[in-house]
Amino acid sequence: MAQTAFLSEYLPILIFIGIALVMAFAMVIGSWVAGKHRPDKEKLSAYECGFDAFDDSRHKFDIRFYLVAILFIIFDLEIAFLFPWAVSLGSIGLMGFWSMVVFLGILTVGFVYEWKKGALDWE
Amino acid sequence: MVELWTTYGMEFVFIIAHIMAIIVPLLVSVAYLTYAERKIMGAMQMRQGPMTVGPFGLLQPLADGIKLFSKEIIIPSSAHRVVFVMAPMLTFFLSLIAWAVIPVNKDWALANINVGILYLFAISSLGVYGVLMAGWASNSKYAFLGGLRSAAQMVSYEVSMGLVIVTVLLCVGSLNLQDIVLVERTWWMKALLFPMFIIFLVSILAETNRAPFDLPEGESELSGGFLVEYSAMTFALFFLGEYANMILMAAMAVILFLGGWLPPFGLSGAWIDWVPGVVWFGLKTFGILFFYVWVRATMPRYRYDQLMRLGWKIFLPFTLIWVLVIAGCLLAFGALPS
Repeated sequence: MAQTAFLSEYLPILIFIGIALVMAFAMVIGSWVAGKHRPDKEKLSAYECGFDAFDDSRHKFDIRFYLVAILFIIFDLEIAFLFPWAVSLGSIGLMGFWSMVVFLGILTVGFVYEWKKGALDWE
Repeated sequence: MVELWTTYGMEFVFIIAHIMAIIVPLLVSVAYLTYAERKIMGAMQMRQGPMTVGPFGLLQPLADGIKLFSKEIIIPSSAHRVVFVMAPMLTFFLSLIAWAVIPVNKDWALANINVGILYLFAISSLGVYGVLMAGWASNSKYAFLGGLRSAAQMVSYEVSMGLVIVTVLLCVGSLNLQDIVLVERTWWMKALLFPMFIIFLVSILAETNRAPFDLPEGESELSGGFLVEYSAMTFALFFLGEYANMILMAAMAVILFLGGWLPPFGLSGAWIDWVPGVVWFGLKTFGILFFYVWVRATMPRYRYDQLMRLGWKIFLPFTLIWVLVIAGCLLAFGALPS
């Protein structure tokens, strides 16, 4: 019974998700039906200052975007660990505090290494 | 089936009415936020802003909406058609469903779940997909660069935002949004949280791609960024999503730091208690939105390296240290919520 009461809190969210999906689709489809369609070759070509695109735009890009993504995964995971820690710090006390300090310390070593390596520099 | 309807029917209707009571005011707020932005910016630049449509231009958002709805949706021939159309829908969809857990007054949230702040954080993190999908699917160089920049910027500032949220959680000891508002904070907790409030305000500017961090759509270099190929309703959905996200982030700041629907500065009294909480909530949210517009009218755009340096080299170390400082203080003074 407690299980269903717990789950029923999420039922409105589920219904909300359904309604929001329907609204998003309805707005695009409604506009598709209401608007005119007079396509031509120039109108449908990708925008590039008036001339034809030289090549496909999905080409090589800077490795640093990739580095940022990896760094983000590390730190976001760390935050995922910090959330339950922050809520329960009152009951886990000093022991919990110091274990988190050690954990953050290890991550900080990695962060300092990245910093010194120049992974965070954009120029 | 009939039995099911008689048992759950009314509840179902009630939930749908509640959802509509969130979506409709939200969309009206979004429409008039664009109006407010143009008016405030106009006043700051010694001009009038929209004045033609309706008295004081009050019907301008409506006219814009109708215009965008009836324009032609252009799907570039080289674009990936499905992803191209999905991207604005996803952005709009995410900006709506986040509102399911926001308590605009005591017990007014649609779903008062125990992990409210986690839900908000998760939904707002997903927002980056809309931008990335738009940038990739358009197959235009401007859109591609804009999408990449935006993704990198949003994930960078999300890290410091997450850490700021952790500092608040330390002080209140609950993930429930209503508890976050209601738990009493001592004066030194407020003092310790103040720098976090400033960082949160700056981070939400970056998170929603607003000036001075609007590089992904910087007109002068990327001519619109990931939005460059979008038109009509597909563009409007991005626009609506972005502004709904702005209001959402402002509401988040109000819940985390400004006491939600409670009267400001701990005021009380017969006629202050008479004002419904949702009014205070709206006023506080509008205050933060005014700050958004004010910043846009005042600050020049950041350079990309400055933006990344601010996020990774200043905000991240500072918030990381501050998490430990607050945790240490709470432990030392024995003020941890249990």
